[in-house]
Amino acid sequence: MTAWGQRLENPVSDRLRDPRTTGIVALGLGVFAAFLAIPPIEARSPIWPVVVGILAVALGIWTATRGKRKLGWGAVVGGLLGIGLGILATRSGTGNLEAVFDATLIDQTFGLATPLVFGAIAGMFAERSGIINIGLEGMMLMGAFFGVYGADKGGSWVIGLLIGMASGGLLALVYAYFAIHLRADQIVGGTAVNFLAVGITGYFFQLVYNGNVTGNVPLIPNVHIAGLGHFLENSIGNLNLLTWASFALVILAWVFFFKTPLGLRLRACGEHPRAADTVGINVYLVRYCAVVLSGVLVAIGGVYLSLGPQGNGTFIFDMTSGKGFIALAAMIFGNWRPAGAFAAALLFGFSSALALKLQVYSPQASTLFATLPYVLTLVAVAGVIGRTVPPAAEGKPYAKQ
Amino acid sequence: VTEPKKDLVESPEQAASSGSLAARLSLSHKAGGVAVPVATVVLAFLIGGLVVLATGHNPLLAYRDIFDGAGLNWIFHPTTDTQGSIAAYNLTQTLLQSTTLIFTGLAVAFAFRCGMFNIGGEGQYIVGLVVANWIGVSFAGMSTLPHVLFAVLGATLAGAAWAGIAGVLKATTGAHEVISTIMLNWIAIYTATWLFGAGGPLQNNLPGQSTNPVSNDVVHSAQLPVFWGSQGFQGLDIGFFMAIGALVVFWALINRTTLGYEVRAVGFNPDAAAYGGINVKKNLIRAMAISGAFAGMGGAVDMLGYLYHYGSLDVQNSAAGGVGFIGIAVALLGRNTAVGVFLGSVLFGGLIYGTTQGLSSNVIEPELASNVTLIIQGLVVLFIGADILILYVWNSRKRLRRQPPTQAPAKAAA
Repeated sequence: MTAWGQRLENPVSDRLRDPRTTGIVALGLGVFAAFLAIPPIEARSPIWPVVVGILAVALGIWTATRGKRKLGWGAVVGGLLGIGLGILATRSGTGNLEAVFDATLIDQTFGLATPLVFGAIAGMFAERSGIINIGLEGMMLMGAFFGVYGADKGGSWVIGLLIGMASGGLLALVYAYFAIHLRADQIVGGTAVNFLAVGITGYFFQLVYNGNVTGNVPLIPNVHIAGLGHFLENSIGNLNLLTWASFALVILAWVFFFKTPLGLRLRACGEHPRAADTVGINVYLVRYCAVVLSGVLVAIGGVYLSLGPQGNGTFIFDMTSGKGFIALAAMIFGNWRPAGAFAAALLFGFSSALALKLQVYSPQASTLFATLPYVLTLVAVAGVIGRTVPPAAEGKPYAKQ
Repeated sequence: VTEPKKDLVESPEQAASSGSLAARLSLSHKAGGVAVPVATVVLAFLIGGLVVLATGHNPLLAYRDIFDGAGLNWIFHPTTDTQGSIAAYNLTQTLLQSTTLIFTGLAVAFAFRCGMFNIGGEGQYIVGLVVANWIGVSFAGMSTLPHVLFAVLGATLAGAAWAGIAGVLKATTGAHEVISTIMLNWIAIYTATWLFGAGGPLQNNLPGQSTNPVSNDVVHSAQLPVFWGSQGFQGLDIGFFMAIGALVVFWALINRTTLGYEVRAVGFNPDAAAYGGINVKKNLIRAMAISGAFAGMGGAVDMLGYLYHYGSLDVQNSAAGGVGFIGIAVALLGRNTAVGVFLGSVLFGGLIYGTTQGLSSNVIEPELASNVTLIIQGLVVLFIGADILILYVWNSRKRLRRQPPTQAPAKAAA
């Protein structure tokens, strides 16, 4: 088992995977989303235009991160407009549109995307150095529990954050030892890490809190920005500190990977470890650092889940419930690049936020709506993998000579 | 990708660079024999015991209570006194759990044999549950045998189709089966939540239960007969024998058919298999579909055997440590063989039931003990994955035995 994808010759899917084709399809879908609601189709539920519109946005991001920027971002805008117009038409009234599309939608999108951004960037560190980290889910869970534990016992969210980060880093270190020194299969090892994390957090949750955290712990504060005007203040005026930190992380990660010598070395270890070794880079050391950093970063996302505005200081068994995997998907979706992963994480956050809003109209359909990020990722990996090139040496254990 | 290895005893470096997962697994398995999985389990139990010890409980007493909770003490109480009948009841529950794990373990093992990691057993199992419930509830007029067969067949095909999506994607676009099966898991989980949920198509239509997100019970004609214990108290149904049958089918498919040969060849080295005239893409799809068929059938056997109904909350709870995931540990521990999967599923079936409902202990409470099961499961997978370590220990032992210590450390020959 090696990297995420292998290049397969297939003329039909090759043509389908051409970014230009995808971009045009995306634009078409954006327009289609708006037309779904008016005759002759006349969908009664706002869900359908929203689903088609989000598909358009997804394809747009994919196109944009693969060379055709103008077309791609155009499709993103088209998809968003399509969603808006579609809802407008099915509900035939601006009042309903405002009920869905208000400033809090932006606030919720950023809020729901935060753990995904941390996870996606974290995964990128490990994978760019050549180690597949499927244990993101488990390391995030560690952060979620030990964040609450630290904040409770230490009496401050800073201590919670630090202990949460340390716990994720520690689990990542164990994984790194098995993946790097013992050269275990990385997917089997990562799966083991996920099991271990559920067991460890569940055990201590039961032992320390008897399966019930009061929620009475110091939380990570929101950043209040006053004087922006009504709309901006409701959308970005009250974001969590970690949400802002995630924005900074995306920029820092981009600078690190592509503008510093250290980032170049890290990428070299993921592309051609033998060559990196030859020029004097300590491949093992770089990979260890990258994997541990990956665990630390994704654990911040976990701490956000429990100590952030959504968790409100509570922890529940298996709290992450797949968010680590969505983060992994966002990273692949974003072509192993910080900006792309950020856009994908925002899209997944946006679709979750919309699901919450649409609950008013149809609670059942909004449950079904929760499958959307997974369907999108499935559609994406089918096309993405062949076209994109994951780090060449990813998943292959490296033996020193 | 390197050429297939004829030698078992090679250097760890070579083993690591040999590409395919199936090749690596079979290598480490042959190298250690039965000793490796046994040592893995012992080590995992030791570490699990250390965790229990460190948090102020007696691990030996805890393990004894878990052993009793799993009903394995029935062997010492064959009579029908009170203790004996409790033990017998616990044992039937352990075997019920094992039945499920045999199916999900086989689902993982079959894909492994073809060099793929089917992490989506959970989703395929849920798809099987859903279809079996739908058929079991809907076609009330049928007589028992055709109804059961119809439900089992429907669920099996549904599981095969669900896993087949991942197989087709892998064969046509190269999408990695790990990512696609993970995504298919979550799609199955949320779809099933919706199906059984309030207002969903499969929610019950009992009076006064319209807010209860649980399905109807499958009708009597679709229920599997119970042969040990009583139907009302979740006795052991004939699904257990269907699981044994599945083990035999798995063994025969892998070892005695052309299909099995091709699947194994692709798993060992896809390039060599293609060179030998085997259609690799076809086999990837086929192996994934068969793999999903096992999990889907497991869902049907559980639904018709003792669950009878299922709810949204059950689906959500299965997301964490569900049977599909424990199947991974079962398959890896059982070295992807029929006998191994059976033994692995009895072990994990006992652990699961023995640490939850079956456990009556004043040493460790079930809420705590059930997490020890998860830790042990994680450790087993972690250690089995580190085949290089196993190979290294094995090789150095062989070298010590065969060569005088003065000789230069040359590569050992088989």
